[in-house]
Amino acid sequence: MEFFRIHKTIPFMRYAVALNVISVVTFALAVFFLLHRGLHLSVEFTGGTVMEVAYTQPADVGKVRETITKLGYADVQVQSFGTPRDVQIRLPAQKGVNATQQSAQVIAGLCQASAGTMQPDLKQDGKLVCRGAADAELLTLRGTEFVGPQVGDELTSNGLKALAMVVVGIMIYLAFRFEWKYALATVLANLHDVVIILGFFAYFQWEFSLAVLAAVLAVLGYSVNESVVIFDRIRENFRRYRKMSTVEIIDNAITSTISRTIITHGSTQLVVLSMFFFGGPTLHYFALALTIGILFGIYSSAFVAAAIAMWLGVKREDLVKGPVKAGGDPDDPNSGAVV
Amino acid sequence: MNRYPVWKYTVIVIVLLVGLIYALPNFFGEAPAVQVSAAKTTVKVDASTQARVRELLKAANLTPDLLTLDATSVRARFGNTDDQFRARDALQRGLVPDPTDPSYTVALNLASRSPAWLTAMHAFPMYLGLDLRGGVDFLLQVDMKGALDKKAESFAADLRSTFRDKNIRGGAVTRNGQALEVRFRDAASLEAAKRAIQDQFTDLSTTDSQEGAEWKLSVAIKPEAARRLQDSALKQNITTLHNRINELGVAEPVIQQQGLDRIVVQLPGVQDTAKAKDILGRTATLEMRLVDDSTEGRAAAMGSGPVPFGAERFPDKGGNPVIVKKLVLATGENLTDAQAGFDSQKQEPSVTLSMDAKGGRVMRDTSRENIGKGMAILLFEKGKGQAISVARIHGELGTRFQISGAMGINEANDLALLLRAGSLAAPMEIIQERTIGPSLGADNIQKGFDSVMYGFAAIMVFMCLYYALFGVFSSIALAVNLMLLVAILSMLQATLTLPGIAAMALAIGVAIDSNVLINERVREELRNGVSPQAAIHAGYDRAWGTILDSNVTTLIAGLALLAFGSGPVRGFAVVHCIGIVTSMFSAVFFSRGLVNFWYGSKKKLKSVSIGTVWRPDTGAAATAAESK
Repeated sequence: MEFFRIHKTIPFMRYAVALNVISVVTFALAVFFLLHRGLHLSVEFTGGTVMEVAYTQPADVGKVRETITKLGYADVQVQSFGTPRDVQIRLPAQKGVNATQQSAQVIAGLCQASAGTMQPDLKQDGKLVCRGAADAELLTLRGTEFVGPQVGDELTSNGLKALAMVVVGIMIYLAFRFEWKYALATVLANLHDVVIILGFFAYFQWEFSLAVLAAVLAVLGYSVNESVVIFDRIRENFRRYRKMSTVEIIDNAITSTISRTIITHGSTQLVVLSMFFFGGPTLHYFALALTIGILFGIYSSAFVAAAIAMWLGVKREDLVKGPVKAGGDPDDPNSGAVV
Repeated sequence: MNRYPVWKYTVIVIVLLVGLIYALPNFFGEAPAVQVSAAKTTVKVDASTQARVRELLKAANLTPDLLTLDATSVRARFGNTDDQFRARDALQRGLVPDPTDPSYTVALNLASRSPAWLTAMHAFPMYLGLDLRGGVDFLLQVDMKGALDKKAESFAADLRSTFRDKNIRGGAVTRNGQALEVRFRDAASLEAAKRAIQDQFTDLSTTDSQEGAEWKLSVAIKPEAARRLQDSALKQNITTLHNRINELGVAEPVIQQQGLDRIVVQLPGVQDTAKAKDILGRTATLEMRLVDDSTEGRAAAMGSGPVPFGAERFPDKGGNPVIVKKLVLATGENLTDAQAGFDSQKQEPSVTLSMDAKGGRVMRDTSRENIGKGMAILLFEKGKGQAISVARIHGELGTRFQISGAMGINEANDLALLLRAGSLAAPMEIIQERTIGPSLGADNIQKGFDSVMYGFAAIMVFMCLYYALFGVFSSIALAVNLMLLVAILSMLQATLTLPGIAAMALAIGVAIDSNVLINERVREELRNGVSPQAAIHAGYDRAWGTILDSNVTTLIAGLALLAFGSGPVRGFAVVHCIGIVTSMFSAVFFSRGLVNFWYGSKKKLKSVSIGTVWRPDTGAAATAAESK
């Protein structure tokens, strides 16, 4: 099998301006939605209580919301979670009431609303369980999570620190391995991916949790690979084809690595899709962030990073130092990796 | 050119074997078990406990599949849950005669089903996080400011009494947060006070100033002393939490420091958050009282008379009764520190107690009048008291005094710990709390496992179709990568969480990148008309630098997550980073080994099986046939 039967070098850089206009527009939109709508932050960042309740019958989300609002909670979010029988309830943090009291109160209220009563279950050390008329269990609390307000700010600042460390670390490494122009181009291209992922989360108001943050940073590290592969090839081409212009060399590098780029990303995407479909609600947004990151990663590293590098004026002399030996010397410390 | 020397194959075989051994325990699953651990710090679990468990089980007609002893517990594994329940009941009856005052915790647990020889090699399965096994998870914030304020207050009291003792006049001590201020009417008093502080309070620093007719001495806790205080406050809180959690009967509680002022408490298997919180928040109290040495008191201690009026009976560590007076001399609040040490005069281990000013005064007055009599230290837990130390007063005691005699170094350490652990050093607040039901945990395992499995299968199918035999090699390398990842996580006894499983799935996706790079490169060399052996060689050689670059950048992101992440992010980052490292071995070194093994010895290799090598110049697809 061979998917990529490319006859000649594709002049990608001829479309650099158009492609980058698209990028800039997407980026601007993402920033706009981030500022305008903001991220729908998970309870880990905002503080509050999240409860997961499993009903034995498909649950009526509207009725659940109504019941809880009647208990005196103002800003309640109720949504089904994975299956129609599972409901996720998010309560804001309240002063003076701890999470255990909150969840006990909510469960009792919900139990009453489904015409059941709370009874101690002897099998579970007397834990209270909601039972209906035929002694059947109507609903169970599958899990709760409570986060105090102190934690959120710290998470945000740690997240930003991690982002900064990734950016600086990668820049230093690439500046050392290649040259500062490449480092800057790569980091710009990949930060643009990060902002676009965040823009998607802001636009669709998907829940931004710690797992999504991890995915975003992992994507940042992962899609830098792309740029590295292309830059490696550019360096090799500078050495090998001494008569080609910079633009031709970049076009050639992208063309000859495009099959590899798409195949690796496709493979990674296969696993991510598997997480998306089989990983359940917890991994849902994690997989989604990775998917967007991978798709934009292909595009940005091939077109945006290469184009920025081109506009920054990369030259043969930047990468190829001294006389180039024919055939290349494998012991040459500057002999880069080639793919 | 495509041959590995013998040592390289040896390395591969050894790594594979070690990987296999350590990954293996994860595949045996878990069996029901009963775990016996100490419920009190005074009780030790050792070989004799193991022997007793064995006897008790024998008496109940139960034979465990495996009976093991580790540092803190004895575990008996059973084939089914019926036996497990029966064993628990039997052990509960035998080891804990008085359920209101248990010496041992007998808890239901899961133990790995892996055979004894694996366990003997210290090959254990990965530890499952709470989101996979169910349980409660608390994050507690220790109020360090509160702890320091409390300490400053006790310093203030100590200073007042020191000034009184030394007849330093006018030393009015006021406290403002953690800073103390002393005012004097003359410079001589100030000098005297300064000297006294320098002599007796090494943790305090002073600065003096003059305000009008008044001399002012500002006293502050030295930064290094403050740090030490915070550190010991946190340690003491952790110890206290340990003691309290022991009685919850949790099989494997995790109590860890997080950052400078936080404590993570994880209680696997516990579902009743309310009860857990109740126990975490409770305070144990410590009391010092005089032993009743009267004739009636002694008679009561011998068991030959009633407990006299104004006295109470408490058991000591050995269970013998101690009769003490009801009057409480000092409580745990007056005790500021307890350290195990060595009495250089008597050449025996001792415990040095430090009291605050009030406690010290009471101690001095009481001890002066009661030289030669006994003093008991009582620890009240769950409303029951126990005499953890009974000592004779040999002289007048002050704010610091020693308990020594008839104890070994271990006992001295235990006593110091018990004395310190009586109360929390600093108030704590629950700032994060998570409960995961067992069904949710089981669901998460299933889902995580499914996503890894289907993702892996999809990649394998694709690679084998697209790259033919090289795809098979890549798939094997990928499987090896997964195995090594699991093996290293098991060796480190890292905690596997759902984000960790996600990282595992992602590691597969990232690891295949290296193989695609290599395979594409080999194809390209073939396309350029290079001979098969040279193409393989060039493919691996040239891809290596790129693989290194891309893995280093991915690793940078992983390390950043590890450094700044908390909770789920850390779980993700650990697996992510290890996955990158193992992929370098499997995708490059190991897969090259496979290829060399298969093709390396064939001198006149005409073609390699790497799928279609398409040449644009001829326009025809030159399909590489299976190598003969």
